[in-house]
Amino acid sequence: MDSALALHRFHFAFTITFHYLFVQLTLGLALLIFILKTLALRTGNEHYNDTARFWAKIFAVNFALGVVTGIPMEFQFGTNWSRFSKAAGGVIGHTLGMEGLYSFFLESSFLGLLIFGEKLIGRVGHWFSALAVWVGSWLSGYLIVATDAWMQRPVGYELGPNGEIILNSWSALLFNEWAFWQFVHTILGGVVTGCFAMASLGAFYLLIGKHKDYGRTFLRVAVTTGAIATVLVAFPTGDQQGALVARHQGPTLAAMEGHFETGPNAPMAIMGQPDVEQRRLDNPFVLPGVLSMIVHKRWDAEVRGLDAFPKENWPDNIPLLYYSFHIMVGLGTIFIAIMGLSALQLWRGKLFTFKPLLWALLLAMPLPYVANTAGWMTAEVGRQPWLIYGLMRTTAGFSARVSSGNAMFTLFGFMGIYSVLLMLGLFLIWREIEHGPGSAPAAH
Amino acid sequence: MLPVIWFCIVAVMVAMYVVLDGFDLGAGIVHLGVARSDRERRAVIKSIGPVWDGNEVWLLAGGGALYFAFPALYASSFSGFYLPLMMVLWLLILRGISVEFRNHLDNPVWKPLWDVVFCFSSGLLAVFFGVALGNVVRGVPLDASGEFFLPLWTDWTPGAQPGILDWYTILVGLFAFFTLTHHGALWVAYKTENGVRERARRIARASWFAVAAFTVIVTVVSFRIQPQLSRSFAALPAGFVFPLLALAGLAGAFLFWKREEDLKAFVSSAVFVIGMLTSVVFGVFPYVLPANTDPALSLTIHNASAPAYGLRIGLLWFAPGMALAASYSVFLYRKFAGKVQLEEGGY
Repeated sequence: MDSALALHRFHFAFTITFHYLFVQLTLGLALLIFILKTLALRTGNEHYNDTARFWAKIFAVNFALGVVTGIPMEFQFGTNWSRFSKAAGGVIGHTLGMEGLYSFFLESSFLGLLIFGEKLIGRVGHWFSALAVWVGSWLSGYLIVATDAWMQRPVGYELGPNGEIILNSWSALLFNEWAFWQFVHTILGGVVTGCFAMASLGAFYLLIGKHKDYGRTFLRVAVTTGAIATVLVAFPTGDQQGALVARHQGPTLAAMEGHFETGPNAPMAIMGQPDVEQRRLDNPFVLPGVLSMIVHKRWDAEVRGLDAFPKENWPDNIPLLYYSFHIMVGLGTIFIAIMGLSALQLWRGKLFTFKPLLWALLLAMPLPYVANTAGWMTAEVGRQPWLIYGLMRTTAGFSARVSSGNAMFTLFGFMGIYSVLLMLGLFLIWREIEHGPGSAPAAH
Repeated sequence: MLPVIWFCIVAVMVAMYVVLDGFDLGAGIVHLGVARSDRERRAVIKSIGPVWDGNEVWLLAGGGALYFAFPALYASSFSGFYLPLMMVLWLLILRGISVEFRNHLDNPVWKPLWDVVFCFSSGLLAVFFGVALGNVVRGVPLDASGEFFLPLWTDWTPGAQPGILDWYTILVGLFAFFTLTHHGALWVAYKTENGVRERARRIARASWFAVAAFTVIVTVVSFRIQPQLSRSFAALPAGFVFPLLALAGLAGAFLFWKREEDLKAFVSSAVFVIGMLTSVVFGVFPYVLPANTDPALSLTIHNASAPAYGLRIGLLWFAPGMALAASYSVFLYRKFAGKVQLEEGGY
C-alpha cells in the first residue's frame, strides 16, 4: 500500500473517530434531556428541570467539542480526498450542504435558548427548544449517515461519457434504503452511549452518597430508556443492517464472519481468529447454521464465502473487520444484559441499593464508546477496497498531490491539538459532575 | 446560467462570512488592546459571544455550496492549499474554545491565557484569509488535471513557482488584518461604553489610515499581478460600481466615526468589505481559480461546476435553507441589539 494513501486513510479515521466520541453522546443526551423536560412539563416537578439543566451543561461542553472537531471533517473531503471529492462532490455535496444549512442552524440556535434562555421563553418555550435541539441533532445525524450510505450503496446516479458520476435523483440519494437502517442503528448506538453515561453518573452519586436524589432520577430515566435502546440496536436495526450488507456487499459479510468457503449450514463464529493466508478460521467456536438462518432465514441455506468473490474485491484488512464486528456484537450483547438486569431491579425497587449492579453501571460507561467506534470501523473497513462501493476504489480517491510527509505533519498536529481538547473537555465536565446538579446555574 | 447563479450565491456567502465573522475576528484582534480589566474583557467577549458560532456557519454553508456546485474547484483548492487550510482549522479550533471556555474558571492564570489565545488566533486568521485571497488573485500553478500543491513559501516572489506566502500575498494578508481590525474595533465601539469604547474608537481611527493606504497599494499591485482584472473592468465598465461601493464605505466609515455614530460607521465598514470582495470576484470572473502559468489551465465557473440537474435541485433546498438561516440571524442580532449588559449573567 502506498504510504501516502495509508496516511490519508489514517488521518480521516483518526479525526472522525475522535469527533464521533462527542457526537454519540450528543445524540443520546439530546433525547434524554428532551425526556427530562417532558417529565418536568407533565409533572410540574422542578426536580426534573434541575436535572435537565445539569445535563444541558454537560451537553454544551460536549457539543462545543463536537462542533470544533466537526468543522475539519467537511474540509478533509477536499484536503485529503480531493479526487474523490471531484468525482462525487456533485452528489454528496447535497447531503453535506443540507446538514450544514438546516441542522446546524436548528441545533446551535436552540441550544443557545436551552442554555441561556429559560427565563426568557417560558416553560413551554424551553421544552420546545429541547425538542428542537433533539430533532436538529438527529436530523444532522441522518444527513451524515445518508452521505455514508451513498458511499456504501450508491443510488440515484448515472455515469457520463467519461465515466463521471452524475446525480439524477435527489430523492433516491436522500431516501436510500441503506441510509434508513444505518441511521436508526447508529442513532440508537448514540442513545445507548447517552444512557450509559447518565446511568453511570447516577450510580456514581449513589455510591459516593452525594446528590442521591438526582442519582436516582438519572438511573430511572437512563435505565428505562437504555433497556429499550440496547434491544432495538440489535433487533430489528442491527439485523436489517446486516441483511443489507449481505445483499449488497457479499465479500464484506463473509469477511465480517471469517466465512471463507461457500457452503450450506453456514456457521456463525462466536470466537476464532481469521487466517487470511490459510483461508480459514483458527481455533473456532461456531454455531452451525446460524449465519444461514440470519441471512436467508433457513438453517441449511448456502451462504457465499470469500472464495465466491475475486480477491481484489475482498476487504483489505479482514482481521480488523472481523474483530471490529465481533467486538461490537459482543459488547451489544453485554449491554442488553446489564440494562435488562438493571431494569428488572428498578422494577423490583432494588436497583438503588444493589451495589454490584451500580458498580457494573459505573464501570460500563466507556464500553458504548468502544462499541460505537467498532461499529463504524465495521462499516468503513467493510466498505474497502472501495471508496464508493463498486464505483471508485479507495486507491483512486486520495489527494495525490499531498505528500505523505505533509499528511503526517497535519496528522500529528491534529493528535496534539485533540489531546488538549480532550483534557479540557474532561476537566470541565468533571467540574460539573463534582459541583452536581440543583444549585445556581454555573458561570459561563 | 446555473453556474453563474451558483457563482453569485457562493460569492454572497463568502462576503457574508467575511463581514460577519470578520467583526468577531476583529474584536479578537483588538481584545487585549481595548479591554484592560476582566470586566471589560468580559464585555468584549460578550459582544460576540452569542453570535460568533452562528457567523462561522456561513463558512460551513458556503463551503457546502462550493462542494456540490463546484466540486472540481473544491477538490483542487482544498488539496492545493493543504497546509494553510489545516492551520486555519487549528486556529479556528483554538479560537472557538478560547471564547467558550474562558469564563468557566475564575482564575488569574486561566482567563488571561485564553485572552491571549483568542487575540493571537484571531489576528493570524485574519492574515491567513487575506493570504488565501491573494493566492486566488495571483493564480496557482494548476496542472492539466486541475491539481496543484503549493509549499508555504519558495523565493517570496509571485513568479512561476510561487509559495503560499510571497510579497504580494503577504501584502494582501496585512491588508485583511488591518481591514478586520478596523471592522472589529468599530463593532466593539458600537457594543460597549466608556473606556472600552474610547479605546476601540482610537484603534478604529489608527487602523482606518492603514486600511486606506493598503487599499491604494493593494489595488495598484493587484492590477499588475493579475491582468484579467483590467480586462474585466474594460469589458464591462458597469463593474466599477463595486469599487465605488468600497470607496463609499471607506469614506462613510471615517465620517460616521467622526460624528460618533458607531453603528453607521460599522455598517460603512461592512459596505467597504463587501465592495472590495465583490470587486475582486467581478475582476477575476469567469475564473474561479486562475492558473499563473498557462491561463488555459485555469478553473472557470464552467469547467469546475457540477452537472445541471444537481445545480437546479440544489436551488430548491438551498433557497428555503438560506431564508431560514437569514431570519434566524436577524432574530439573534435583534435580541442582542444595543450595548452589552454584563449584569444578566451568561457570557
